[in-house]
Amino acid sequence: MSNGVVYRVTGPVVAAKGLEGAKMFDVVRVGELGLVGEVIRLQGDTATLQIYEDTTGLRPGEKVVNTGQALSVELGPGLLTSIYDGIQRPLNVLREQSGDFISRGLVIPALDEKKKWDFKTLKKAGDKVVPGEILGTVQETPLISHKIMVPPGVSGELKELKAGSFTIREKVGTIKTAEGDVPVFLATKWRVRIPRPLTRKLPPDTPLLTGQRVFDTFFPLAKGGTAAIPGPFGSGKTVSQQQLAKWSDASIIVYVGCGERGNEMTEVLATFPELEDPRSKRPLMERTILVANTSNMPVAAREASIYTGITIAEYYRDMGYDVALMADSTSRWAEALREISGRLEEMPGEEGYPAYLGRRLAEFYERAGRAVVLGPGEKTGSVSVVGAVSPPGGDFSEPVSQNTLRVTRVFWALDASLAARRHFPSINWLNSYSLYTEDLRNWYVANIGKDWPGFRSEALEILQKEAELQDIVQLVGYDALPESEKGTMDVAKMIREDYLQQSAYDPVDTYSSIRKQYLMIKTILDFGHMEAEALKTGATATQVAAFPVKSKISKIKWTPEDQVEAFIKEVEGDMAQQFAGLRQEIKVQQ
Amino acid sequence: MQPVSHKTVNQVAGPLIFVDKVENAAYGEMVEITNAMGERVRGQVLDSRAGLAIVQVFGSTMGLNVGQTSVRFLGETARISVSDEMLGRVFDGLGNPRDKGPTIVSKQKVEIVGSAMNPYSREEPSEFIQTSISTIDGMNTLVRGQKLPIFSGSGLPHNALAAQIARQAKVLSASESFSVVFAAMGITSEEANYFIRQFEETGALERTVLFLNLSSDPSMERILTPRLALTTAEFLAYERETHVLVILTDMTNYCEALREISAARDEVPGRRGFPGYTYTDLSTLYERAGKIKGRKGSITQIPILTMPADDKTHPIPDLTGYITEGQVYVSRDLDRAGIYPPIDVLESLSRLMNQGIGKGRTREDHRGLADQLYACYAQGKDNRALSAIVGEEALSETDRKFLKVAERFEKMFVKQGINEDRSIEQTLDLGWEVIAPLADSEIKRIKPEMIEKYRHRATVTPTR
Repeated sequence: MSNGVVYRVTGPVVAAKGLEGAKMFDVVRVGELGLVGEVIRLQGDTATLQIYEDTTGLRPGEKVVNTGQALSVELGPGLLTSIYDGIQRPLNVLREQSGDFISRGLVIPALDEKKKWDFKTLKKAGDKVVPGEILGTVQETPLISHKIMVPPGVSGELKELKAGSFTIREKVGTIKTAEGDVPVFLATKWRVRIPRPLTRKLPPDTPLLTGQRVFDTFFPLAKGGTAAIPGPFGSGKTVSQQQLAKWSDASIIVYVGCGERGNEMTEVLATFPELEDPRSKRPLMERTILVANTSNMPVAAREASIYTGITIAEYYRDMGYDVALMADSTSRWAEALREISGRLEEMPGEEGYPAYLGRRLAEFYERAGRAVVLGPGEKTGSVSVVGAVSPPGGDFSEPVSQNTLRVTRVFWALDASLAARRHFPSINWLNSYSLYTEDLRNWYVANIGKDWPGFRSEALEILQKEAELQDIVQLVGYDALPESEKGTMDVAKMIREDYLQQSAYDPVDTYSSIRKQYLMIKTILDFGHMEAEALKTGATATQVAAFPVKSKISKIKWTPEDQVEAFIKEVEGDMAQQFAGLRQEIKVQQ
Repeated sequence: MQPVSHKTVNQVAGPLIFVDKVENAAYGEMVEITNAMGERVRGQVLDSRAGLAIVQVFGSTMGLNVGQTSVRFLGETARISVSDEMLGRVFDGLGNPRDKGPTIVSKQKVEIVGSAMNPYSREEPSEFIQTSISTIDGMNTLVRGQKLPIFSGSGLPHNALAAQIARQAKVLSASESFSVVFAAMGITSEEANYFIRQFEETGALERTVLFLNLSSDPSMERILTPRLALTTAEFLAYERETHVLVILTDMTNYCEALREISAARDEVPGRRGFPGYTYTDLSTLYERAGKIKGRKGSITQIPILTMPADDKTHPIPDLTGYITEGQVYVSRDLDRAGIYPPIDVLESLSRLMNQGIGKGRTREDHRGLADQLYACYAQGKDNRALSAIVGEEALSETDRKFLKVAERFEKMFVKQGINEDRSIEQTLDLGWEVIAPLADSEIKRIKPEMIEKYRHRATVTPTR
């Protein structure tokens, strides 16, 4: 493979001549500084490269070295708790080497090469092994046991396997295959643009519980499912994404900050180590991997960052874990595609985006899913993907939103007008949808309650009805409504304010277990039934509105999980008593 | 590398010149261009290939021709000399003195295209900056290291607002050094003079560095101006341990300059003709705000932009809003109603507010109170629209109450004098006074113990 020279430099795109034998997506090192780049077009003796670092100061005539390898990530113990840039360079090590500002041309191993890991074997010499089979484990963090697997494409007989303390660079065993001996290390590499293989995909049947009422109750995401959160700026995309990363019941979280704010990544870095996983009571960071390529970091690395993230997610799926990947924001990724495409002078599609935008988005989301993973037995794992979309001007008709909606099955529509009145999370309940509702019905019935699907549709109907009534109120005023409809408005308001609104910043309200959600919605709907009953017998909505129990209902959300059951009992008692009182009053009047 | 001169200009097109027979110009290299009359302008390499360099000219291309124009490649990328002497000085958009003072000579020449700050090195901004403007302090709190733009429209008092912030901004409890870096891009000389006078009157000029590119100056300079300002700010912040407030105005003019170059290069345009990389380009400016772990200084940015036709979805405010940590929205309706500062809190947002407020920073009731005021004001404004159709009498009693609260909010809380310096305590107490007509049960966003503690403390009347 021969080395070439730079021929032309325009921003992140460089043309080089003389790179004979270069293949598409080979990683190259460019110039005296050794900037990292990738071959994205070949034409005669000219190779076009996208460079993952700033090219200021690069001159025609500087050398280009082809590594002959495609862009890969290193997968092994030590991934968890890490924070990487778009091409898997650990940012903490980068800081030690180059200071507070990222300098160029640095090559840093993604995983700590010196750290010793305690490797426990599950297999022994002489065993026959197949791809994906678990050879042994490493306790990566107190939360997660890291499975060391036979790499895809390798099968044969285990010649040796040593338990003990090893670094990722030390050989722990050998597999004898038809093609010769394959050494076993704790870490392996995988090309980011190729999905990791699996045995077969499975239909979704379990919800990814998030502790967020509007998601879990109304628009649930399945484990292995895909969701899009589009919204204009300031509508709470990032807070929603972070809430999902904090509280969803996946075993592993991969959070990709793709072209977003530096201070936001800092916030994640500052808060995650302090937050406790509600189930295990361990710091959330122990199950989290961050990929941060902020908006001012090079644009080509932004393009790579979501592939880096999803490859890591697939790797943990292969161990049998449920993984959730949050990408914030896929619009920035699409813009990176557009920028590179523009520099390549490709014929643009819609709004300047390349014609292959839809295909690339679909390919990315297709890497999500619940699956039987490689290896013996029916081991399952899943990758759920939640992609934030930042439509320009909040207009969902733009290409990135539209192409995303075509491939994702959950749509959480953020609404700027809700955000403006501080209704958070500002998910619009009329526009959002989840196509998993039917798939998950059985799970909810079996695990939460037979009446759950009924509650969900009843509450949504009330909200729908409220929207219609609001149109009427706009015309004739609230007082002109019949009492029964005033009652509907009243219950809808309770659902909106006391149920849908959830504070991400309150230590109790930030997370609602599914049991708490069940009790809450049941109480509110019960109140609605009692109110409707009372209004039929001659009570007025104003009378019901004055009930002291209403302010108690609004406090359920602030009530800690262990006190909820008792508190709800109290509320139910009050409700029964106050409605009975009202009935009495009406009887006397009549 | 030794500077080399070329007389091989083969094309002049808009702000670009094409120089032939240049073998290895560096991408981003600075050049000096001398026309036939001996006049000099500066430029920068935008596209370099073996045998051709495309140079963007900072300044007028008048007098440039094919054949006689000489182009000298300086062998370095754009840099600025930085030193303490810069405080109190006025420079033009390329960093040359605009006042009568001497050129800055310093051993320290810094590249103006800053490398990206490692997200791992950033410190979470959390120190409350008191601007003494209630709508900002109370509702959209600014913290050190934040970038909070002002979205405005032509004819609105954004300059007065920015000047007021620069005058009044202080950090409670701190006595560290503080300075202002002011970068003007394409604003009128009147506006520039207004700012200079404001800084002079308050004695702030000696801790201010100004970079002025006026509307009469070459538009291409505007690409460099904010970068010079931010590089200076970084020097002051991270090497001189100063807390720097950077005001960039007007970002709309900056983006238009960007569009001009893009058009000259025949690039595929994105929305409204702005190039596809506008987001990335803007982020390389805005993301230079922040704080670094273990260093004392900080950079807080207040970019100002005028929204064409007050349209928030125009690409400039839109892309800005996606990068910055919120926005302060100046409203034409409030301005017409005679309310200063005409900040519409419903459209405004500070994403870092929660880090800067609460017990130990401002006051424990701050979050709940702000939420309550938001909710009341939003509800009240809805009711106002409704009452315009059906009449106020048709509203329910509660709705009329909210209507009144919204009214009080605008008159008492939003409105304040141009020199009125309200402390955060005053602002919050005023907030309680605004919601005084509400019954305890109607205050849903504030925890009961806070209502108990703070409700009846509201006795202050705003100083006028």
